[in-house]
Amino acid sequence: MAGFLPIVGLSLVVSLSATAIASLLGFALASVLALGRFRGRAALIVLVNALLGLPPVAVGLLLYLILSHAGPLGGLGLLFTPGAMILAQTVLAVPIIAALGHRALAEPWLRYGRALRSCGVGRMRSLPALFAMSRVALLTAVLAGFGRTISEVGAILVVGGNIAGYTRTMTTAIALETSKGNLGLALSLGGVLIGISVAVSTAALALTVPPGGLGRENQAG
Amino acid sequence: MRRACTAWLLLALAAAAPAPGPAIVLASTTSVENSGLLAHILPLFTAATGIRVHVLAQGTGQALATAARGDADLVLVHDPEAEARFIAEGHGIDRREIAWNDFILVGPLADPAHVAGGHDAVAALRRIAETSAPFVSRGDASGTDALEKRLWRVAGITPSGGWYREIGGGMGQALNAAEAMGAYTLSDRGTWLAFGNKAGLGASVEGDPRLLNRYDVIRLDPRRHPAVQSGPAGRLADWLASPEGQAAIGDYRLGGTQLFHPDADAPPADSQIRSGGGC
Repeated sequence: MAGFLPIVGLSLVVSLSATAIASLLGFALASVLALGRFRGRAALIVLVNALLGLPPVAVGLLLYLILSHAGPLGGLGLLFTPGAMILAQTVLAVPIIAALGHRALAEPWLRYGRALRSCGVGRMRSLPALFAMSRVALLTAVLAGFGRTISEVGAILVVGGNIAGYTRTMTTAIALETSKGNLGLALSLGGVLIGISVAVSTAALALTVPPGGLGRENQAG
Repeated sequence: MRRACTAWLLLALAAAAPAPGPAIVLASTTSVENSGLLAHILPLFTAATGIRVHVLAQGTGQALATAARGDADLVLVHDPEAEARFIAEGHGIDRREIAWNDFILVGPLADPAHVAGGHDAVAALRRIAETSAPFVSRGDASGTDALEKRLWRVAGITPSGGWYREIGGGMGQALNAAEAMGAYTLSDRGTWLAFGNKAGLGASVEGDPRLLNRYDVIRLDPRRHPAVQSGPAGRLADWLASPEGQAAIGDYRLGGTQLFHPDADAPPADSQIRSGGGC
């Protein structure tokens, strides 16, 4: 199979970019959900949690209709490009990172919010402290978002087109090789994908959690 | 950290930025892509013209639908009736036949319907229906699916029941399903020859003139689809029909077997399709 490394590279570029963008948007939304006081907040929390089950194929189809030349944003020329794939995966990852991020921030805010406010620290100024307290749980949210993006095939197949050497990723290559009856090759690609996923998670945890810190949250808390 | 961010940005830009030279989108049927034909011939075209080709491998129905929305520059498909509709609706112009091969009825080696070795596809389908032997249908509006439906109509049968299984998937998925279910299915010869999971399957019926499989290239009408890259797309269509392109199509071999015949190498006048390994 020619061009294996570019396929791995594109998978990582697309999924990590989408995860990064989705983390910014998701954490902003999570902060609003955890600390905000406004009408409809409960409904928004329900909505964000409901969107955890967003079907990738449906997201792909919706974006396809929007990005198609016959659609409203056809002039951008994004369809069948890596950019469209990043957009699709961002849409899929935002609810995951927002919902899990909300969980991660709401709990310390309940516990320490009153103390922070009594010391005269405003809501906005409390955020850095809350993020620092919850960083492992927030990292889990990011990794869950990354897991969604690196593993999904439905959305990027529709908006990316699985074009060889341009928009073909690990997952679309696995789908393609399966359809060609090359089951062994498809399975080994799946193995590589799992390996990459493990490597990314390990690196992220190693960078965020101090050595020996993992698995000791209970004692530390 | 900043250095890592910069490196990442450069990498992302490298992936997102278009490479030099024009690139056109070819919406094609899965068979010409999955069999390896396009990967063999398109680099020759790119080397000769500098035009890169992005291949969308879809079923004929989906490929025509993609093009009808203006999302492809050229189509390469194999369903004469759907193509005629596409042109009649004003989307396509300048249809040219560029290659042909044939369909075969693939089935389990155990052959429960006793159709193996025959040359009459319609009679074989009747036998399969009579014996309720499992049959996998693409059910995806592809060119192969369209031909299968036509053959059932010719046979005077409306297939239904537990033996008739519409999977709604591509050719390779249908072959994987047929292999797993011990079922018959209709396949284009190119995908079948390139398919890697044949296991308990074999070619049951071949050589029926009704099983002719012609591949046409159709340009999009620039008046209807002004965003289409008409110039480079036209050059690819011209190249596929040129002696050079036709030779490239005829040269493609898999395990010593020719998968596609160039149009110049037309089927004999009586439409008797050559069968077997030499096809």
